[in-house]
Amino acid sequence: MNLPMYDNGLLSGLLAGFLFGYVLEGAGFGSPRKLTGQFFLKDWSVFKIMFTAVIVAAFGLWLFETLGWMRPHAAFVPTLLIYGTVLGGALIGLGFVLGGYCPGTSAVGFASGRLDAFVFMLGMVAGSSLFAGVFDDIRGLALAAVEPRGLTLPQLFGVPAILVIAGLAVIAFLGWKVGSMVEKKFGGPYGVEEVLDSVDTGGGTRHAGGIRIQPAE
Amino acid sequence: MQAAPRPFWPPLAAGTALGLVLLFTFLISGHGLGASGFFARFAAWLSALLAPDWAAGNSYFGPFLRSNPLDSWIGWEIVGVIVGGLVGALSSGRFKAGIEHGPRIGSGSRLLWALLGGVLVGFGARLAQGCTSGIGLSGSATLAAAGFVFLAGFFGAGFLGSIFARRLWQ
Repeated sequence: MNLPMYDNGLLSGLLAGFLFGYVLEGAGFGSPRKLTGQFFLKDWSVFKIMFTAVIVAAFGLWLFETLGWMRPHAAFVPTLLIYGTVLGGALIGLGFVLGGYCPGTSAVGFASGRLDAFVFMLGMVAGSSLFAGVFDDIRGLALAAVEPRGLTLPQLFGVPAILVIAGLAVIAFLGWKVGSMVEKKFGGPYGVEEVLDSVDTGGGTRHAGGIRIQPAE
Repeated sequence: MQAAPRPFWPPLAAGTALGLVLLFTFLISGHGLGASGFFARFAAWLSALLAPDWAAGNSYFGPFLRSNPLDSWIGWEIVGVIVGGLVGALSSGRFKAGIEHGPRIGSGSRLLWALLGGVLVGFGARLAQGCTSGIGLSGSATLAAAGFVFLAGFFGAGFLGSIFARRLWQ
């Protein structure tokens, strides 16, 4: 087979987006309380779901390439930037725990009726414009990249891709076990009722009557 | 009286489904899922509307404006994300219009924090040339070093920030 199809048209975008949004909503990722619960160790869904998705997709790509159904090295691999990747990731981590979303999940929060997600999206438009405004001053640092472009872990460590995927699976499995124990200890993970009770529809929130049982820390 | 909302999907099911959607996206388009690129394009489009001379001369937005910045794969993808999220939320009884926040802050301050967080994320996503979806999720699925370095920055700063943000959510 001759995959990928390199279809970057309207229907391709709408279809991929529809499935993406539907799955993120089902995962509970339209809720900023559930999302930020990761950083208070109360809800490990972000870790569990992201890691599982990475492993499933990475294994699928490896399988399609190995079986010859997909051209080798055809999938787009982002480039590691010397400063930009880790600093940008850190700004997104900080903005996520303060603002409650990342870009994709804010679109799902908005679709789930959350006004705070819409305001977050306005903030992202402002932040993108701010970057454009200072781009000339930081261009050199911002664009400095690690060579070769599109560096992968198998290249970096000189091991086969399937070994890296197996290593990730072991880390995910162990992290999953630890996460499940820890989130229970903190009274998580968030269920749908607790999330919906945190939504102010105009008359305040319910938040279990304002009383929250704090687990021993 | 509405039917009770259906619970969220179990993490293993959600993660597997997300991985299959991501794989499918790679197979049809050659790249993974994204999100922040749309907001950058929207910002370029808005700048062209409000300050056309500045936008056209800006070295970052200028290249986006050579054609309609909204008419792109990622623009249609975000439309799809919103429709997909809406269908999911409505069909499960999980749609609820309002402002979601922790028990110790009010809705007004929640919106201010949402705005500030959005600004940081918008800036950070341009710096990293992608966000949690484009670099963290899709990049890591290609085993890109960038994906894992991004996630290290994301989780490191998130845990550090949670020390100060506890009051907002818990």
